[in-house]
Amino acid sequence: MKQIYLDNAATTKVDDEVVKAMLPYFTEKFGNASSQHLVGREAKEALEKSRKIIAKSIGAKTREIIFTSGGTESNNLALKGLFFENYPEKNHIITTKIEHDCILNSCKWLETQGAKVTYLDVDENGFVNPEEVRKAITDKTIVVSIIHGNNEIGVIQDLEAIGKICKEKNVLFHTDACQSFTKVPINFKKQNLSLVTLNSHKIHGPKGVGALYIKEGTKITPLAHGGGHERNLRGGTENVPGIVGFAKAVEISKQKDITGMAELRDKLIKEILKIPNTRLNGSNEKRLCTNVNVSFNNIEGEAIGGYLENEGIYTSTGSACMSNTLESSHVLKAIGLSPIQSNSSLRISLSKYTTEEEIDYVLEKLSKVVKKLRMISPIK
Amino acid sequence: MNYTKELLKHFNNPKFVKKIKNPDGVGEVGNIQCGDVMHLEIKVKDNKIEDIGFHTFGCAAAISSSDIVCELVKGKTLEEAEKITKEDIVKKLGGMPPIKVHCSVLGISALKKAIEDYKEKNK
Ligand code: FES
Repeated sequence: MKQIYLDNAATTKVDDEVVKAMLPYFTEKFGNASSQHLVGREAKEALEKSRKIIAKSIGAKTREIIFTSGGTESNNLALKGLFFENYPEKNHIITTKIEHDCILNSCKWLETQGAKVTYLDVDENGFVNPEEVRKAITDKTIVVSIIHGNNEIGVIQDLEAIGKICKEKNVLFHTDACQSFTKVPINFKKQNLSLVTLNSHKIHGPKGVGALYIKEGTKITPLAHGGGHERNLRGGTENVPGIVGFAKAVEISKQKDITGMAELRDKLIKEILKIPNTRLNGSNEKRLCTNVNVSFNNIEGEAIGGYLENEGIYTSTGSACMSNTLESSHVLKAIGLSPIQSNSSLRISLSKYTTEEEIDYVLEKLSKVVKKLRMISPIK
Repeated sequence: MNYTKELLKHFNNPKFVKKIKNPDGVGEVGNIQCGDVMHLEIKVKDNKIEDIGFHTFGCAAAISSSDIVCELVKGKTLEEAEKITKEDIVKKLGGMPPIKVHCSVLGISALKKAIEDYKEKNK
C-alpha cells in the first residue's frame, strides 16, 4: 500500500545527502573533537565547519552557536540557564499559552524554584499581542520567550514587533524556532533576539541534535557541566556525525521547496474547507508552509487519523483521546476552541517530499472518511 | 495507538450503527474524561433486546466498544444485558490500551441508561 507521511511537524525523513555526509563520521573519522591527534582534529574540523554553516544560515557569529541534543534541551538551557544566571535579583519570565510542552514544563518547574511566570493569551488566530508583552514586563523580568512558528497551528509570530519592545524595555528575547528554522527568516538585529532554539530533525536532519544561538555577551548558567565543551556552556563529547548531518540539512534547504510546500498547503486548505462544517485552526495568512490544522465538527480526531491510517496516510490530532492525560490541546484551547472542537482536529504537516498526487489522494480519502464518521456520530 | 486486530475490525466496519424505529429505550452518555458522546437505542420484545443500534462521537476504542456492546447483548434478556461489564468488552476485543479502557465504560453506561429508560416507560 502507498505510504503517505504527513506528520512532518513531529519529525521528518532524513535526506539521503544528509545520511551520506554523516556516514564517514561513524567509522572513519570517528574521533573525539577534544583529542589532539589527527583523528580528533578531523572531528574538530568537521564540528567547526558545521558550526560555521549553521551560524551563517542565520547571520550569527560562529561562536554564538552552541550544539545541544535537540530543541527540548536548547529550550531548557535557554530558560533555566537564564533563570539561574539572574536569580534572585530577577525572577520573572514571560511566555505564552501556545508554547511547546518543553517550554511550558520548564516554566512550571522553574516556578517551584522561585520563578514568576506570565503566560500570555493569544487571539483567535493564534497571535500574541505585542502590547500585552509590554504590559507584562516588570523590572524583575529576565526574558520573554515566544515560539516563532507554532508546532500545532503553524502560526508565525511577529518577532520584530515583540523584539522592539524587549529592546526598549531592556529584557532578553528568546524564540523557539524549531518549526520555522530554514522556512521563515530569522534576523537577529531586526528581531532583537538574544537566544534562538534550532533543531535538526524537523528539517530532514538526524534526531538527537540541535543548537542554541546565544548572542555574544548574553550570560547563562550551564545545565550540564563537563570538560569545557561548547564554551563551557554544555559539557559532553560533541555528537559529530549528528552535527555534520544537521549542517548538511541546513545547507541543502532551498527557497524553492518552501514555495512548493506553501502551494500544496494552500490547495489542501482550500479543498478541505469545501467539506461542510470544517474550520481552519490558526491564521490563514501568517502560517508555516508545512502546516494544516482543521477541525471536522462532530467527529473525533483519533478516529479520523485511524481511518486515514488504513489508507496509508499518517497524520496527527490535538484530540484529548490521543493524549496520555486525556486533555485536549492547550494550543487549540488558547485560540478559543471548545473541547469538542479540539477533539475534532486533525493536523496534516507537509515536507519537501510531499507531492501533489499525494495531496489529491489525501483529499479523496479524507472526504470519504469524514462522511463515514459523521454517519457514526450522534451529533448532527 | 496499539489496537488489536479485533478492535480494528469493529472500528473499521461497525455493524450496529443505525437508528431504531420507535425505540423502546434510549440512552445517551457523555464521557467526562475526554468529552465524547454515545447514543444507544434498543427495541425490546418479551423482555429480550430484539434490536439495538448506536451512534458514537469518539475514538477508535469508543466506536469499537459501542459496536461490541451491541453485539454482546442483542438477543439477550434485559437481566443478562445488565450484567455486561467493561472486562467483557475488553476481553472480546482482545485487549485494549489501558488509557482507553474508560471508552468501553461509555458503551456500558449508554446501555444501562437505555434499559432504565425502557423500564421507566413500562412501569
Ligand atoms: S472516546 Fe476519547 S479516548 Fe476514547
